Amino acid sequence: MTSTVTPPAAGPRSRRAPLPDAGSSRPRRQTGRHVLLGGIAFLWLVPLLWAVYTSLRPYSDTSRHGYLSLPHSLGFENFGTAWRQSGMPHFFWNSVLITVPAVLGTLLFSAAVAFFVSRFDFRWNVVLLMLFTAGNLLPAQVLITPLYRLYLLIPLPGWMSDSFLLYNSVWGIIVIHIAYQCGFCTFVLSNYMRTIPKEITEAALVDGAPVWRQFFQIVLPLCRPAFAALATLESIWIYNDFFWSLALIETGDKRPITSALANLQGQYFTNPNLIAAGALMTAIPTLLVYFALQRQFISGLTLGSGK
Amino acid sequence: MSSVRSAPPAAPPRAPAPARPDAPRARPRPLRLGRGDRLFLTVIVGVPLLALLVFVWLPALASVGLSFTSWDGIEPSDIRWVGLDNYQEIFTNYPPFWPAVQHNVIWLLFTALLPTPFGIFLAYQLDRKIRFTRFYQTAIFLPMVLSLAVVGFIWEIIYNPDNGLLNGVLNGAAPGHHIDWLGDPDLNLWAVLIASAWRHTGYIMILYLAGLKGFDPALKEAASLDGANGRQTFLRVVFPALKPVNIIILVVTVMESLRAFDIVYVLGGGVGSKPGMELLSLLITDNIIGESSHIGYGSALAVVLLIVSLLAIGTFLAQTFRKEDQ
Repeated sequence: MTSTVTPPAAGPRSRRAPLPDAGSSRPRRQTGRHVLLGGIAFLWLVPLLWAVYTSLRPYSDTSRHGYLSLPHSLGFENFGTAWRQSGMPHFFWNSVLITVPAVLGTLLFSAAVAFFVSRFDFRWNVVLLMLFTAGNLLPAQVLITPLYRLYLLIPLPGWMSDSFLLYNSVWGIIVIHIAYQCGFCTFVLSNYMRTIPKEITEAALVDGAPVWRQFFQIVLPLCRPAFAALATLESIWIYNDFFWSLALIETGDKRPITSALANLQGQYFTNPNLIAAGALMTAIPTLLVYFALQRQFISGLTLGSGK
Repeated sequence: MSSVRSAPPAAPPRAPAPARPDAPRARPRPLRLGRGDRLFLTVIVGVPLLALLVFVWLPALASVGLSFTSWDGIEPSDIRWVGLDNYQEIFTNYPPFWPAVQHNVIWLLFTALLPTPFGIFLAYQLDRKIRFTRFYQTAIFLPMVLSLAVVGFIWEIIYNPDNGLLNGVLNGAAPGHHIDWLGDPDLNLWAVLIASAWRHTGYIMILYLAGLKGFDPALKEAASLDGANGRQTFLRVVFPALKPVNIIILVVTVMESLRAFDIVYVLGGGVGSKPGMELLSLLITDNIIGESSHIGYGSALAVVLLIVSLLAIGTFLAQTFRKEDQ
């Protein structure tokens, strides 16, 4: 957990660190590497910057002068228009309703399974871990037909779903995300939990703490870096999901923003500038999650895969 | 209450345990769990396990069953057993199947040979402590963060034959270009592969960077003391030592190549597979979700994909859990 605090302090020090071991040839090589990495980073940003540029120009400007031209005026009008005309707030809300519970559920469930698999020596632990890990690697298309039929068979009360079924309800999307994504998170978290010394929970056991307290008060807080990394990845994946909502939600206005935007593209086909603005706005939530958790992101992944 | 009652009988087995030679493996801890503890563990593992079995493994097995049937997907009573007919049809009499297999193979080879090593290369460069490393990381990882709508749209305005960036730039350099990047069956797969590589590189870079952070720097120092140059250090020391991460990256690359779906779906216009862009995942979707449902057919295609995937999954699990047994 200390690693989350150190980076700002370590910044200036670490820059100087490579110098002592490699004499005077190092600075020149660093410049070369900056040119290389800077060039690649710029190349990687070009498509995105092109979309930003398009979104900032009025349609009239581009239709008269072409898209590959210098701007005559720039502004944020397209963003306002896209937000108001396409019902984006509604679809954003759908995405929030799916992503937040699905990410939290995935993390909690997989933490529980990982806790069981990594802290207790039951005979079926390896099989259990394999079952979860392999489940996440199955292609989604392999599951879809029986899953669709299954969703038509499972009833839900009216207050949960106006279709009275798991099909065509937000709950159905949340459930499949949790079931499917648990495998990946269980795998990473069980590796992570193995690095927590057994003595810590044993001490609690000696003090008479029940297992649920070990889980919630000792192991879960210690897993914070791993949770940060997984929360980043899972938010991105679940928010960006396309397939499940396309196949398991029938009504267009119940869909999350990613699959709903495909409809909008058809609707506003004639105005790419407007679509650019709308598309860029859909990226904002995942960008915020990424920037918020970026510091913990790599360190959290490390402990899952490196050791 | 229950923990008090269960404590005395649990204590004795603990004492003789260290005397046995296999003591470290057969730890008697489970015996000490009280009834409340057992109930808690059963619930917290049982609920996710039930969800996994019902919503993932049951449908996967049912798909295998459906692949031996003929069904339009409407009335379950119409399901007819046809044995291996679907498979025979697919292999001999379904025009898009072999192109799809071929495209999946191209996809896999391309991804494995270009963006994957490139991501590893970038991670290796970024792992050394240099300025702006966070900026470089973010710029290259950014495409992974973007939603599919954005990715699809971005490449649409680049590849658009009339007013896209690519044709615009090409016309500036040498006028007269009017290339339909996403419409030409000889080109569109490659156009989509570029877009896919744009995302994949960042993903591999982040995974490998995470692996490198856990790498023991003493090994690298020892190599440089022995006079190894950067390339030798990487190929002979770092790369072999990071075997667990390499396996994860291999699996990610294989699985992403087999499962490739959404980026093709969006760039193909969202209505099934287009000539030149057929992929197994799209053919399955065509047959299952498309206008005329051929569930048995689609399921047989899914089973083909499943078998290929299972080979990759099996390799991965065997490698991972062999390490764990040690």
